[in-house]
Amino acid sequence: MEKKAENRREFIRKSGRLTLGLAIGGLGVLAASRATAGEWVWQIDPFKCNQCGRCATECVLNPSAVKCIHAFDLCGYCDLCGGYLKPDANERSTAAENQLCPTSAIERKFIEEPYFEYVINEELCIGCAKCVKGCTSFGNGSLHLQIMHHICVNCNECSIARVCPSDAIKRVKASEAYQVKGSWSKPL
Amino acid sequence: MKPKIYILLTFLLLFLSLQLPAQQQRFPKPEFDSGYEQPDPVTPEPRSGAMEYFDVAVLLAVLSLASYLVIRKRSRQGILWLSVFSMIYFGFYRNGCICSIGGIQNVTLTFFDATYAISVTALLFFLLPLVYALFFGRTFCAGACPLGAIQDLVIIKPLSMPRWLRKTLGIFPYLYLGLAVLYAATGTDFIICRYDPFIGIFRMDAPFHMIVLGIVFLLMGMFIARPYCRFLCPYGVLLNWMSKFSKWHMSITPSKCIQCKLCTTSCPFDAIDFPTEEKVTKSSRYDAKKFIIYAAVIPLWVLIGGFVGSKSHTYLSKAHPDVYLAELLIQHPELKDDPDNIDIQTFLASGKTMDILVEDARLKRKEFYTGSWILGGFIGLVIGLTLLNQVVYRRKQDYTPNRGDCYSCGRCMDYCPVDR
Ligand code: SF4
Ligand code: SF4
Ligand code: SF4
Ligand code: SF4
Repeated sequence: MEKKAENRREFIRKSGRLTLGLAIGGLGVLAASRATAGEWVWQIDPFKCNQCGRCATECVLNPSAVKCIHAFDLCGYCDLCGGYLKPDANERSTAAENQLCPTSAIERKFIEEPYFEYVINEELCIGCAKCVKGCTSFGNGSLHLQIMHHICVNCNECSIARVCPSDAIKRVKASEAYQVKGSWSKPL
Repeated sequence: MKPKIYILLTFLLLFLSLQLPAQQQRFPKPEFDSGYEQPDPVTPEPRSGAMEYFDVAVLLAVLSLASYLVIRKRSRQGILWLSVFSMIYFGFYRNGCICSIGGIQNVTLTFFDATYAISVTALLFFLLPLVYALFFGRTFCAGACPLGAIQDLVIIKPLSMPRWLRKTLGIFPYLYLGLAVLYAATGTDFIICRYDPFIGIFRMDAPFHMIVLGIVFLLMGMFIARPYCRFLCPYGVLLNWMSKFSKWHMSITPSKCIQCKLCTTSCPFDAIDFPTEEKVTKSSRYDAKKFIIYAAVIPLWVLIGGFVGSKSHTYLSKAHPDVYLAELLIQHPELKDDPDNIDIQTFLASGKTMDILVEDARLKRKEFYTGSWILGGFIGLVIGLTLLNQVVYRRKQDYTPNRGDCYSCGRCMDYCPVDR
């Protein structure tokens, strides 16, 4: 009697195990047939981004893993920089009250008459996109946002991507982790 | 005067920028005479793929060690230290991502989104613990899961919960699993990741409310052992199924149970099944009748569940951005003039017409209709089976861990006086 019950239980267990084993095996094979060897990371398509400002506030990290980067190749090295100076700035100087950047993260350096170089201090940048907006509307759009992968913790679902109004943040292959304007062009 | 000029200028430039291809520069790149070298933008590489495979190797090692420790070595101490290691490595060092629990959504998305395919490492993270559970029980929960570990460590004075309450709350993980799959399949959201209560603690950085949630769970966990594991974890559902049929599940006693009852209060999760009493055996005929009735109403449960589910599809679909935006614009067309509503302004500027948006939203909602029918039916099935389980008579003589619910944490083993 005891023996029989035990045998029956063992039989049920065995068939259950076989069924479940086949189920996850099947699921695994199906998924594996599509799986990619490389990893995914999140990145911003700078041509889609409309500089809404959520990148600064919605990242799980504080300050955000999104930073402004400068595609120097596209920059006009303007004295009157739309990304550096406030539109109503009263002079073209490095005075903080004239700067668009709330944290003074852009360093302006004189190169030669009449050109200036603008470099982002990543430590200070909070990814607010104010400069990007200025540069995109008045300049060449060489300043733009990117997710910096030495800071980003690569969330399974990026919390900025979820709220990005222009749907600019997408998973990209880790081997092509950046979409820097100029070297990376808009997919047609 | 000045602002006016600027507004004009903005419009002019906007107009121009629409005309020109995106790459064209307004101001040409200067030719430098001073020998200035143009720097390159700094783009630090992400964590290398090899490291992700290393993580898989760590997981494999931890799973094997956990299974060995609990089944062969029978060492609670060992399991405890292993779980501390996993909490530090997968939790605090790896910041909780990627994890097997969230992997459910990646697997789902692979089947529903043609543009996405899960990476091999994420797939392994999802599959390995399940395979181990099929052979050794939930050793993943005992030694490898950082969420389990952090909850396990704060258990101080676990209270025993009545069976009916445990069984009722036990429906929630199924609901959570169903919702997670539904939201992942419709490309709406990864709710398991978004509402992971402990990730804020692992990262020591998160929105305020998530940190609060994590702390609440830990405080609660002092008295209700592993609250997330027992009443929420969607991956626990899958592990539970696997573990039920596991080949070599741990046992409380190393040889033969002597019915000393010393272990009865040792499990903080009420996961020890007691032997059946004699008098229950007598009324088994009555139970057989009940069994047939309960089994017969299961299809009814499924139908009711599916019906309720389909009724809630409108509500559930609101989480999808397209549906949300379309609804907002239909109900409050005046918001189109609100310059502060970023979502609406972006939509208006994107050139997408209202008709297309509404059509997109309608299709999404249709997906939700089908999805919530299935989700509801699934929950109905779970309720029906849970009830049926209550009247199934299983003859049992010894004190044994419930294979589905037991986390293989090994606490009870230390209470058993029987020598090997
Ligand atoms: S949330 Fe999207 S649109 Fe807004 S700044 Fe970030 S990438 Fe740009
Ligand atoms: S304005 Fe914002 S995005 Fe630009 S450099 Fe400053 S902090 Fe970064
Ligand atoms: S993936 Fe996470 S850490 Fe990275 S940018 Fe998005 S929210 Fe921030
Ligand atoms: S039940 Fe879920 S959260 Fe708990 S230990 Fe298992 S997998 Fe981790």
